[in-house]
Amino acid sequence: MSDQAGPDAASPAPSDNGWRPSSLQLERAAYRRQRTLRSGLIAGISTVVLLALVVVGIGSTPGWPRVRATFFDFDRGLEALPVVAQGLWLNIRVMLVCAVLIVLLGLTLAIMRTLRGPIFFPLRMFAAAYTDVFRGLPLLLVIFLLGFGVPALQLRGLPNQAVIWGGAALVLTYSSYVAEVFRAGIESIHPSQRAAARSLGLSHRQTLRFVVLPQAVRRVLPPLLNDFVSLQKDSGLIAVLGVIDAIRAAQLETAEDFNFTPYVVAGLLFVALTIPLTRLTDWVARRQGWYGGGGGVV
Amino acid sequence: MSLLSIRDVRKSFGSNLVLDDFSLEVEAGECVVLIGASGSGKSTLLRCVNLLETVDDGVIELDGTDITDPRIDTDRVRSGIGIVFQAYNLFPHLSVLDNVTLAPIRVHRVRPAVARTRALEMLARVGLADKASARPDELSGGQQQRAAIARALVNSPKLMLLDEVTSALDPELVGEVLDLLGELKAEGMTMLVCTHEMTFARSVADKICFLDRGRPLEIGPPAQVLENPAEPRTQEFLRRIRL
Amino acid sequence: MKTAGTFVVGTDKPAYEPWFSADDPSNGKGYESAVTYAVAEKLGFAKTEVKWQTVQFNAAFAPGPKKFDLDVNQVSISEERRKAVDFSTGYYDVRQTVITTAGSKIANVTSVAGLADAKLGAQVGTTSYTSLRDVIKPKQQPAVFDSNDLAVQALKNKQIDGIVVDLPTGFYMTAAQLDNGKIVGQLPATDKPEQFGFVLEKGSKLTPCVSQAVDALRADGTLANLQKQWLTAEGAPELS
Repeated sequence: MSDQAGPDAASPAPSDNGWRPSSLQLERAAYRRQRTLRSGLIAGISTVVLLALVVVGIGSTPGWPRVRATFFDFDRGLEALPVVAQGLWLNIRVMLVCAVLIVLLGLTLAIMRTLRGPIFFPLRMFAAAYTDVFRGLPLLLVIFLLGFGVPALQLRGLPNQAVIWGGAALVLTYSSYVAEVFRAGIESIHPSQRAAARSLGLSHRQTLRFVVLPQAVRRVLPPLLNDFVSLQKDSGLIAVLGVIDAIRAAQLETAEDFNFTPYVVAGLLFVALTIPLTRLTDWVARRQGWYGGGGGVV
Repeated sequence: MSLLSIRDVRKSFGSNLVLDDFSLEVEAGECVVLIGASGSGKSTLLRCVNLLETVDDGVIELDGTDITDPRIDTDRVRSGIGIVFQAYNLFPHLSVLDNVTLAPIRVHRVRPAVARTRALEMLARVGLADKASARPDELSGGQQQRAAIARALVNSPKLMLLDEVTSALDPELVGEVLDLLGELKAEGMTMLVCTHEMTFARSVADKICFLDRGRPLEIGPPAQVLENPAEPRTQEFLRRIRL
Repeated sequence: MKTAGTFVVGTDKPAYEPWFSADDPSNGKGYESAVTYAVAEKLGFAKTEVKWQTVQFNAAFAPGPKKFDLDVNQVSISEERRKAVDFSTGYYDVRQTVITTAGSKIANVTSVAGLADAKLGAQVGTTSYTSLRDVIKPKQQPAVFDSNDLAVQALKNKQIDGIVVDLPTGFYMTAAQLDNGKIVGQLPATDKPEQFGFVLEKGSKLTPCVSQAVDALRADGTLANLQKQWLTAEGAPELS
């Protein structure tokens, strides 16, 4: 593997049978080192200068003290933190429970759509219709329909709570997107894999379970994790049904004195929650063989 | 009675006629090599024998049973036939050992411990004993194909189908695979092989079948088909690939 | 004035009864609509010179410049809100009420303590919500809605046991919006009575004029008459 900086060619590895770099190579290495140093210095200095300009520039605008007091009031933020964090706890719980159900339903729908043979036509049709409908309906609309609409029917045996129906709306809607992601994964498995499995005598179900799905699921983990990062935020939409999530909690705090710091606090908490998930996604993607930027000559 | 009897098989894909009244007999213990230009129907024929494709017409009999009968249990039939493809054979998410034990455990209901022992024996047989716990992507192309052959053999198939198994390999890896196939033949395995490797064909095959546009144009012992082909198209084909 | 010759008044959509009527502020019907036109007249504007604008409840008293001369939307006067906007003198004394449907678990409650176990709802950003939180101090987390309509729906769905809302709105909800609606009772009055006031942009020159107009209307009995006309006269039980 070669990169611009290059290994320090002046000290050869012991296993190289006493190879020492030629003077030409030493020249090249020295030149590259010098260039790296220079570009590093330029990058560092320009970053510092830019930051300083931004800080000074923003800090000296006439509106800045007001903006800072309204959006970044530290004490107000600290005060609002427990309430907002408690709201966030609802977001987290909803997301975790819904995530499991979404994966199950999404996988089922994807498998239904990839079944072959005329006997499975109704299942394929149902799965296709389902994904079309729920990818078409706005999530907020489904939340209203299920959260207010279904309890209004007062049908015996159905639960009433807003959280449950809000969660159901999230599950039904997100499953349609996740089903398509899984389907893409399943269909991306080379047909020879199925052929090899069937040729060994594995049934259709066994092929799916032992050969196709293990590969397909691993393959689509990065886009799947992306959907879950999104779910974390959308879980807050169930606040329209009356439950208090982090955003609603921030809104209630803000309504007291028109200081928007609670919103900033809620935002920071959401970002803090997202970052581990996005880093995990990157790590999984790399293990899957996604090459990623950085390093290398091209 | 031949082990494998293919009679008047016809197969089209859309408007493309790939196998045209194809007939061939393979005796037990025989190695029959199929040669022909790409698109001549060699792979399709193997896939029909393995029931990965359904024939449009004709009969295929394996050990006296008509396997083209729609009432047949396809999974059962397939577990009695071993097939190895040109590429993408092994399951990349499983170790080599798990690849080989998958079918015995799940299909033939062999106890896992027994399956593992037999698998290790088979891997040793193909020279991969030390690679049992490796992942397929850690193996060279030749090693992967040998593992695929081991995986097919561990089910004790009556018939082995090999579709251009060395075509995707670097030349220096081809030999180890062909040597293995030669050993299998010597042990009495019935084989139907598609290949471009003429040296292998000449030394190992009992019969060579030249396919031209879906028909078995010439069938005969290697000496005859390769040295003194009767048909002009056979001659033309052999001339082309020798160049 | 924002626009010369025009008196721009803001209120939310839908405009609720009994403050307005038929969701049309310009028809002069409903207490707030009537009072607004009375104030406009006192300031020398003809009915035709009054133009209505839709302004979301919470946006009316949020800090910042306003597009309206005046906003009327059951906005309670509070010190915090005064930091962001101007208020006229109050045109209505507010009492917070708890409403429910007959047969619900709080239908026969007579004291604030009896509400502690209930699941109650209120609109976000309202003094009804703060009363719910600070006066009733419920054990279950309250349900908070974007609008009173959604709260009513939730009550109908039996997802909440009751709603905290000002008295006239409570009357309207129990009479018109709910089947078998019932007023449980008014929350105890606090030392400083809550009042609805007109909202104006902070530092607006109109504020003293509007306040004067309201005081005049109160003095000559117009406010009382309009209240008698539009707001239900019957009382509601008091919660102890």
